[in-house]
Amino acid sequence: MPEKTLIEAIREAIDEEMARDPRVFVVGEDVGPRGGVFRATMGLWQKYGEWRVIDSPLAELSIVAIGIGAALNGFRPICEIQFADFIHPAFNQIVNEAARFFYRSGGVYNVPMVIRSPYGGGISGGLYHSQSVEAFFAHVPGLKVVIPSNPYDAKGLLKAAIRDPNPVLFFEPKKGYRLIKGEVPDGDYIVPIGPAKVTREGSDLTVFAYGMMHYYVLQAAEMVAKEGIDVEVVDLRTLAPVDKATILSSIKKTGKALIVYEDNLTLGYGAEVAAILAEEGFEYLDGPVMRLGGPDVPGVPFSPPMQDFFMPNPQKIAEAIRRLARY
Amino acid sequence: MAVEVKEFLPITQRHEDLGLSDELVLQMYYHLLLSRRLDERCWILQRQGRVPFHISGIAHEGIGVGAAYALRRGFDIVHPYYRDLALSIALGMRPIEFMLALFGKKGDPHSAARQLPSHFSLRHLNIISGSSPVATQVPQAAGIALAEVLKQKLRPFLEAAGFPVSQEMRVVLTTTGEGSTSEGDFHEALNWAGIYRLPLVVLVHNNQYAISVPVWKQMAVPRVADRAAAYGVHGIVCDGSNVLEVYRVVREAVDRARAGEGTTLVEAVTYRWTPHSSDDDDRTYRTREEVERGKRHDPLPRFRDYLYRRSLLTQRLEEELEEQVQAEVDEAQRLAEEMPYPDPEEALASVFATEDRSGWWGQS
Repeated sequence: MPEKTLIEAIREAIDEEMARDPRVFVVGEDVGPRGGVFRATMGLWQKYGEWRVIDSPLAELSIVAIGIGAALNGFRPICEIQFADFIHPAFNQIVNEAARFFYRSGGVYNVPMVIRSPYGGGISGGLYHSQSVEAFFAHVPGLKVVIPSNPYDAKGLLKAAIRDPNPVLFFEPKKGYRLIKGEVPDGDYIVPIGPAKVTREGSDLTVFAYGMMHYYVLQAAEMVAKEGIDVEVVDLRTLAPVDKATILSSIKKTGKALIVYEDNLTLGYGAEVAAILAEEGFEYLDGPVMRLGGPDVPGVPFSPPMQDFFMPNPQKIAEAIRRLARY
Repeated sequence: MAVEVKEFLPITQRHEDLGLSDELVLQMYYHLLLSRRLDERCWILQRQGRVPFHISGIAHEGIGVGAAYALRRGFDIVHPYYRDLALSIALGMRPIEFMLALFGKKGDPHSAARQLPSHFSLRHLNIISGSSPVATQVPQAAGIALAEVLKQKLRPFLEAAGFPVSQEMRVVLTTTGEGSTSEGDFHEALNWAGIYRLPLVVLVHNNQYAISVPVWKQMAVPRVADRAAAYGVHGIVCDGSNVLEVYRVVREAVDRARAGEGTTLVEAVTYRWTPHSSDDDDRTYRTREEVERGKRHDPLPRFRDYLYRRSLLTQRLEEELEEQVQAEVDEAQRLAEEMPYPDPEEALASVFATEDRSGWWGQS
């Protein structure tokens, strides 16, 4: 099986879906001849033409609103928000409109669209090119929220998102675009939206993560394995709707949980995982549910030492694992 | 400062010059009358405490009826706002379909009784669900219209894949109030509309108030339609209480849109003499004298006056129509009152779609 980077897997998914279904089109800033600032749509404008790879005006709310309209009228838009930090002007169109359309029309008007956006820090992006925004959207019924951690899942999940009859937010860990490589089959396959995945079997404790943090968690698990701590790792993959069954079956096995995410700690996605564990997994718990996240400051600072201070990394995760294992 | 209100003006157009038959203008009158009587009944029901809320389309009927008749009904796509009772009626909504929403009863076809009433949504009439945050429908309508352009551009690929494309583009009509033109959504929508010459008509009901805020606090330009110039779209103002003028102007806009000549921003001026909604008290922000003057914008007596002058309406026919309309409203109310409420657990239904039913493909 050929090895590909995360960004290559994403591009391949878009390309194959565009070839498969003429209703699929891409809309966003710089997605055309430029191929996207991260090159996710590289070559697609040249291959499919200007009516299927549409350079939008610099206006995020209408990238989404245009997508909603086109989806209502039968198309399969893939809206690219250049950085997750820029999604906020579109918040109303996503949360009040796309998410609620099916419900508010009594199940008549569905909105089959994908909103792709690179998220996350550690790339010297400062406050406005580093944000993690998944918790805002995972809170909203009617939206699906997906974050792949590896190229195989990225391709399969993005294909599933494009074919889903609902709005799907697809957040991509941009630090991993070229860093994370893995085997990706050529041609069609799907990774279904919904199920989480146990990516490392272990018996002492479970670490729950997604996206870039999942990549780091696997590294941390290897580090502590040498010290005799046997870590199970669950890649959540789909944040909404959440896969409670996999979360609970893992905690039943290990009895201890750490949730790692790079968003601000307070009310980040890990808070919901912790609540599920407290409410439905209480009987299985042998220790406190722990979270490791970014500090509660308004952003990832630009200056390297402050950025490093903000970001969870394999060392910090290993340290949190050791604390939990000692409990 | 009071908003300036024009004097009562007789309708000077002739319907036959606009290509409208005698029969059609009488139908327009019937739709206007039905909307008004239905709306008045909703106010009564709310004041009696029998329904929680009503947001009215009174004073807007000339705009709605004129615009509906300018469309290819059942083919073109409409993304309306909450003043569009008359537009919806003229597109084919039955009074019971409104009453079920008003009472929040089982079988409400707009939203399964989730939304406030007057959030019109009827798939079989190509009326698309809207929300309450204003102007959000305008960029979505641009997206629906962009899809019409894409269908034409990509016709061979789409048809090869089993998605038939209509010979002509569907025109998208979206409506909103003058206050909503201050929203960023409105700006972004018209920007797209101009760039892609979208088959779109943006019809702004200028009723001179956004709840309590008069139009001169909403914008520095004298006319909403002036804003068209900034986006490279057509802009035109019309008298919203003259149903024939609205028909003429929107018809021209629709024809232009279908011909690929782009979007028109139509400003239809009226005066909302009712409070914003049943929860509003308009005595807090305007005088009764101003409101009385505003009633000169009533599209109903103007159209009635026209039909009498053209010998299309007689006192007898007028009375017959009144009786017919009253009976329809009575019947709709009776049916809605008899209808049960939804089961509480229906609140849990249709969060996510399990199959795709989007799109307008082919001719129907």
